[in-house]
Amino acid sequence: MKPKKKSEFAKYPAGDKTVLIIGYVILGLFIAAIIFPVVYIILASFIDPITLQNKGLTFDFSKWTLTAYERVLGNSQIWIGFKNALIYSVLFTILSVVVTLLAAYPMSRTDFKGRGFFNTIYVITMFFGGGLIPTYLLISNLHMLDTIWAILLPGAFSVWNMIIARTYYMGIPRDLQEAAEIDGANEMVYFFKILLPVCTPIIATIAMWQFVGMWNSYFDAMIYLNSASKQPLQLVLRSILVQNQPEPGMVSDMQSTAERAQLAELLKYATIIISSLPLMIMYPFFQKYFDNGIMAGAVKG
Amino acid sequence: MKNASAPPVEKSGGSSKIHSTLVYVRQHWQLYVIFMLPAFLLTVIFRYLPMGGIMIAFTEYNPIRGFFASEWVGLDNFKRFLSSPDFMRYLVNTLKLSVFGLLWGFPAPILLAFLLNRILSTKTKQNLQLILYMPNFISVIVLCGIVRILLSPTGMINSLLGTGTNFMTMPEAFRTIYIASGIWQGAGWASIIYTAALSNASKELKEAAVIDGANIIQQIKAVEWPAIKDTVLIQFIMSVGNIMSVGFEKAYALQTDLNLNTSEIISTYVYKKGLLDGDYGFSTAVGLFNTVINVILLISMNALVKKMNEGKGI
Repeated sequence: MKPKKKSEFAKYPAGDKTVLIIGYVILGLFIAAIIFPVVYIILASFIDPITLQNKGLTFDFSKWTLTAYERVLGNSQIWIGFKNALIYSVLFTILSVVVTLLAAYPMSRTDFKGRGFFNTIYVITMFFGGGLIPTYLLISNLHMLDTIWAILLPGAFSVWNMIIARTYYMGIPRDLQEAAEIDGANEMVYFFKILLPVCTPIIATIAMWQFVGMWNSYFDAMIYLNSASKQPLQLVLRSILVQNQPEPGMVSDMQSTAERAQLAELLKYATIIISSLPLMIMYPFFQKYFDNGIMAGAVKG
Repeated sequence: MKNASAPPVEKSGGSSKIHSTLVYVRQHWQLYVIFMLPAFLLTVIFRYLPMGGIMIAFTEYNPIRGFFASEWVGLDNFKRFLSSPDFMRYLVNTLKLSVFGLLWGFPAPILLAFLLNRILSTKTKQNLQLILYMPNFISVIVLCGIVRILLSPTGMINSLLGTGTNFMTMPEAFRTIYIASGIWQGAGWASIIYTAALSNASKELKEAAVIDGANIIQQIKAVEWPAIKDTVLIQFIMSVGNIMSVGFEKAYALQTDLNLNTSEIISTYVYKKGLLDGDYGFSTAVGLFNTVINVILLISMNALVKKMNEGKGI
C-alpha cells in the first residue's frame, strides 16, 4: 500500500506538492479538532471529579472511577428519556415516511390534475408560516398539549422530503410503469409492488433524517410537554448539561455544595457519552446511503 | 398545460375541461384520497390554520377571552416593538449571527470537499468522511453541553491555555462560540453535497487537464469549480433565504444570563415574550416581522441570482 501511495504523490510537480501538503495540513487540523474534544470527554468521564478539577486528565488509573456512569445509568429519569425518545422517534419516522412517500407519488406524475395547485400550497409553507404563538394556540385548542400528538403530527409531512422523493420517483424508468399498466395493475399495486421496492435508498435516507431529527430535537417537547413522565431524552439532557440541574438523586447524597458541584460536572461527561452512543453506533451503517440520498436531494426540485 | 385527452376542436372548451377533470378524478380517486389527503390535511391544519392566527398580532390577545373578545389594537404591537430600544439590538444580534455565520460557515464545507477530493486513497477518504460526518449526529443539546464543559473555567480549553476564563459569560465570545461550534458540527456533513458534485466532474476532463500540464490550482479553476458552481449557487440562495431563521434551539441552549447582550436574538425573544411572559399578541407581531423580512430577502435574492445566472433561479 505505502510505496504505491508514495509514487502517486511523487508524480506531482513541486508546486503542486506544496499545495497538497498545505491542503492535507488543513484537513488534518479539522479532523484533529473533531477527534480531540471527543477523546478528552471520553477520558474525562472516567476520572475522579476532584482530580479532574485540580489536575485535569490523568493516566494514574487509581484516580479512575465508574461513579459517573453508575449514577447516570442508575437514574430512572434518563431511562424514561431514552424510552420516550425511542417511542417518539420510531412513531414519528413511520408516520412521516408514509405520509411523505404517499404524497410524493401523485406529485411525480405529470398527468396528475391539481399538481400545480398542491405544489404551490406546499411550497409556500417552506417559506411562510404562522409562527410560534399561533401554532402553540392551535395545538392548545386541539387539546393536544402534553400529548404525544403535539410531537408527532405538526412536523409529520415534510415538503422538502416530499420533493426529494418525488425527484427520485421521476428518475425511475417509465417502462416499469407502462409494463404495470399493461398488466392491468392499478395505482396501489404499481406504487407498493413496483415503485417502492426500487426506492429503498431514498426511503432509508428520509427515514434516517426524520429519526435523527426527532431524536435530537428538544424545542417541541419543551413547549408542548409538561409531564416529567413524557419528556424525551434531550429535555432530560438539557437540565443536566445546560441548566446545571442534575436529576434529583444523582448528586443529593453528597455532603458539601462543592462536592455536589464537582460531581454534577463529572456527570456531564458521562451523560454526553451515554446519550450519544446509540446514534454514534448506528450511523456508520447508514453511511452507504448518504451519497445517494443527498444527491437525489441535490437535483433541483 | 397540455391536455392530451381534451381535443382542441371542442367548442364549449370550459365545461368540457371541467368534465374531463371530473372524469380523471373519478378514475384516479386513489391518487387524491389515499395518496394526497393525509399530507394535504396535515398541511392545512398545522401550516395554514396558524397563518390565520397571525391576526392576533393586531390584538391585545387574551387567551381566556379568545380571539374575538380580545381588544383590537391595530399596529400597536408593531409600533411597540419597533420603537423599543431593544428592537435594534435583537435585530442586529440576529443579523450578525446569521451573516457572520454564513460568511464563515458557507465556504468551510466547500473547502473540505476540495481537500477530500485530493485524497488519493479511497479507503482513507472514506474513513476521514466517517469522522467528518460524526458531529452531525450529535444533538444540539449535547453539542452545547460539550461547548459548555470544554469552555468552563476548569475545562479543556482553559487548562490548555493555563487560564481560568469563563467564556460562557462573555457577551463578546458568544458569536465566535456559536459560529465555530456550528462549523465544527456541520461543515463535514454539508460537504457531502459538494463531494458528490466533484466526483461527478468528468474524470476524463481532469485527465486531459493533467496531460495539458495544468497544475492543481488551474485544474480547480478549469474543471472542479465549474463542476460544483451550480450547487454552490443553489446552496447559497437557500442559506440567504434562511438568514432570519437562525436556529432557536442552539442560541437558546448557549444563552447565559450574562451573555444576553449578544445572544438574545429575535426567535429567543419571541419565545420568552410569548410563552414565558404570555404576551401573545406582541410576540406574534415580532415573529411576523421576522418572517416577512425573511421572505423579502429570499425573493430579492432569487431575483438577483436570476439576473446574474441567465434567468436560472430556483
